Amino acid sequence: MSEPLVSVEDVKVHFPIKRGVVLDRTIGYVYAVDGVSLTIQRGETYGLVGESGCGKSTLGRGMLRLVEPTGGRVVFDGTDLSALRGENLRRMRRRMQMVFQDPLSSLDPRQSVESILVEGMRAHELDKGREETGKQLRELLSAVGLPSTALRKYPHEFSGGQRQRIGIARALAVKPDLIIADEPVSALDVSVQAQVVNLLEDLQEQFGLTYLVIAHDLAVVRHISDRVGVMYLGGLVEEAGSDELYAEPLHPYTKALLSAVPVPDPLVEDRRERILLTGDLPSPAAPPTGCRFHTRCPWRQAERCDTERPVLREILGGHRVACHFAEEIRDGKIRPHEVEPVLVHPDEVLIAPDAG
Amino acid sequence: MALLEVRDLTVQFRRRGEEPFTAVDGVSFDVDPGQTIGLVGESGCGKSVTSLAIMGLLPRKGNQVTGSVRFEDTELLSLSQSQMRDRRGRDLGMVFQDPLSSLNPVVSIGLQVTEVLERHRGMARKAAMVEATELLDKVGIPDPGRRLSEYPHQLSGGMRQRALIAMALACRPRLLIADEPTTALDVTIQAQILALLKELVTDTGTALIMITHDLGVVAGLCDEVNVLYGGRVVERAARHELFAEPRHPYTHGLLASIPRLDAPRGEKLVPIKGSVADNIPWDGACAFAPRCPNALDTCTQVTPEQESLANRLLRCHNPVEVTA
Amino acid sequence: MTITSRKARIDKLAENGDAGVSLVASAWRRLRRSPVFLVGAAIIVAFVLIALLSPLLAPHDPSATLLLDQVSKAQNKIPDPQPGYPLGGDDQGRDFLSRLLIGSQQTLMVGVLATLFGLAGGLVLGTLAGALSGWVDTVVMRIVDVMLSIPSILLAVSIAALFVHPNQYTVIVAVAIVQIPVFARLLRGSMLAQRASDHVLAARALGVKPGAIVFRHMLPNSLSPVIVQATIVLATSIIDAAALSFLGLGNPDDSVPEWGSMLGRSQGLLDSHPELSFWPACCIIVVALGFTLCGESLRDALDPKNRR
Repeated sequence: MSEPLVSVEDVKVHFPIKRGVVLDRTIGYVYAVDGVSLTIQRGETYGLVGESGCGKSTLGRGMLRLVEPTGGRVVFDGTDLSALRGENLRRMRRRMQMVFQDPLSSLDPRQSVESILVEGMRAHELDKGREETGKQLRELLSAVGLPSTALRKYPHEFSGGQRQRIGIARALAVKPDLIIADEPVSALDVSVQAQVVNLLEDLQEQFGLTYLVIAHDLAVVRHISDRVGVMYLGGLVEEAGSDELYAEPLHPYTKALLSAVPVPDPLVEDRRERILLTGDLPSPAAPPTGCRFHTRCPWRQAERCDTERPVLREILGGHRVACHFAEEIRDGKIRPHEVEPVLVHPDEVLIAPDAG
Repeated sequence: MALLEVRDLTVQFRRRGEEPFTAVDGVSFDVDPGQTIGLVGESGCGKSVTSLAIMGLLPRKGNQVTGSVRFEDTELLSLSQSQMRDRRGRDLGMVFQDPLSSLNPVVSIGLQVTEVLERHRGMARKAAMVEATELLDKVGIPDPGRRLSEYPHQLSGGMRQRALIAMALACRPRLLIADEPTTALDVTIQAQILALLKELVTDTGTALIMITHDLGVVAGLCDEVNVLYGGRVVERAARHELFAEPRHPYTHGLLASIPRLDAPRGEKLVPIKGSVADNIPWDGACAFAPRCPNALDTCTQVTPEQESLANRLLRCHNPVEVTA
Repeated sequence: MTITSRKARIDKLAENGDAGVSLVASAWRRLRRSPVFLVGAAIIVAFVLIALLSPLLAPHDPSATLLLDQVSKAQNKIPDPQPGYPLGGDDQGRDFLSRLLIGSQQTLMVGVLATLFGLAGGLVLGTLAGALSGWVDTVVMRIVDVMLSIPSILLAVSIAALFVHPNQYTVIVAVAIVQIPVFARLLRGSMLAQRASDHVLAARALGVKPGAIVFRHMLPNSLSPVIVQATIVLATSIIDAAALSFLGLGNPDDSVPEWGSMLGRSQGLLDSHPELSFWPACCIIVVALGFTLCGESLRDALDPKNRR
């Protein structure tokens, strides 16, 4: 396999939780991302799925250093991003762009579309003369399916889907290699989502882009991605090709997640067997010991699951899973059992050992 | 006889200095006891306004509600505010999308549930506490006794929604309206809540109106589905018929545009062009016409009427042909 | 929906055209239709006109003691309204109407300048705190907290008292300094909110230079609440300036009339001649009301939730 475009090595993002009347002191950490390693090949679409609070958005932002990772490193096309400072980092940003969930709040309400699109070009000295820039802008707009009259309008004059097209055009304007799309369609109406999904696919083909698509909607991720990583409580629990993951999920959490996604077909729905998880996602400020999923796992085994955190290991070609008993579960040697729901307090904090 | 009969329900927003806006435009449907009815559509299709109008929760000022909503033998639209309040506690329950803002943040869960029991079922405080514990247990809240003394912010999103369902069920309503009850929740929690609702409907015989934009949710839950567009029902059918043969181009388009988890990869989605902003008014046209792939000249000249076909109601001049 | 509403929509589209409607333009469009704003603006325009034209409008020289012969300290007597002097005279025998008219100049100038200086100071401090954060933010905000913990009028009095020779400019300085922390805190708060907003994150991701992010994205989007506050502060600074003059910390030169000092001078005569207090007080209240009404309607107009 050729050199990957991005390689994420044991990245951690821990947010300190501060309390205190006079002086803030750190009483614990939110372990938003806790040791994730993955690689993204040139030209592929990597999908990152997980439920809210699993750290998928934080990972995306940490990769771009929009939040500072507290550990690990991100290598982009041979360059270690964590070593870059100031101007060098800023220049590097041209090559990795981001598309946001909420198309309205991610566009400056005071900027016209033209100024939104030109801003990035200007920041990276890509605007070469009025005429050339004008031509580029028209090409950009037509690439994302907006009329050239849009240039002088403002974000609030567009519908949600059109705004997302502006957000995509802004990212494209600086000719990036990688686009990280954080929930690019979840704020849009169902009928409009498909337009944006198709647009992303077309643009990838046209410009040879590499995508990291972050979403909670498994159906969207499976549709758009070549490979999918599943996150749970700050860690990657399974990674596989999109079809393999759907055909044979190996991690108990992935199984439950796949079985929970409703399919718009009554025939399928009536026949499906659901793996209903009990209880809630534990607080990322107080993650369970051992396997993070053991508190809700119907296949949990005594001892090992509670104490030893499973590492991501390759089981079949390109299919990685972080479960001690993945093979046994696959082969039916371990049967699922009832799980007593555990109380979860959303504001629970694990008192950090170094808190003074 | 139907438990709830909605006839020609129309809601007009009248704001000072603005054109009146018809959010719900002559919606009719029936709900039988124990039945689950789905109202599906995208933002702005009038599905939530319909439910608020049935519950009498629209502010009377600035909104004109016409038509008829009969619950058993009572015309709900002609009830006074206080009579309606009484009804809401006893016969009609509602679950909202955002459980946090629907719960009082400074009152404990237990007090919020017992309050309903004391007021509408005339229970004594002690008995109400016992009943509340049972209710929380029934909706799957672990350790219900302890939870009673906790406040909404101490519960997770899924648990809050369960608490809200417990409150809605406290008076054993015969009709429950759930307005996007799982939209704010994660998929695995959504599966739990949907399973809970399904179980409640089968166990207690409560009728359920499920309002959602998610066709997947509808497919697994609803007996009959109403597809709304621009404030009108454009297609209605039993769920198997609707999903097997969507006849309205909007329903058809919606189903073709959502990626399916079980569909083979590599197939392009077929989106519906434009957005809700492209709607045109229903007078003398079909609101969906500008976005419709099947649109004919008549579609912008004549309002399509609701027609009864063999297994469905349809409002379309040029419906999608049945394949096979 | 009716046919007319469809026509209205087409008209609206035509009105917008291809040009696009900016935030400011749409806020202005809403303002023009707000009765509250129109009333407030009418009040302000009227008073500004009076201030500008007062040398022409005033029937007499405001400092000339024309009716001194009708004043009697012993009998507590001041000149009554009479032909040529519709509001009578003050305790020095000067024409009261002329003083009221000319007084608008001083009062408005002090109010406007004090607010502008306060705004400028607040913008600098707030931008520093909001843009740099870290220890700059901590230092600036602690200073602001200390200033806010002292009652504003007390602070203004203390500052004004520092000057050996008080005049209208020391009043401006005193009132301006008091307003600085209000603006600084407000601006910093909305800058911090902007810093966390998606569009600023997007600009960072785009690789826009940090300075450009602050001055092109964060600052302009943080200004609306500050501008609204400024119109409201204008009202309070007029009142504060009047209070300083009232307390004798204003311009000692009595020949230049100012509503606050007029009010101060007439307090001894409140029992026998309440009208001497009534008119300047009334003017202060109405002007302050005008600015407050404008501020409130501006707040509504700039609220993005109201935009369609």
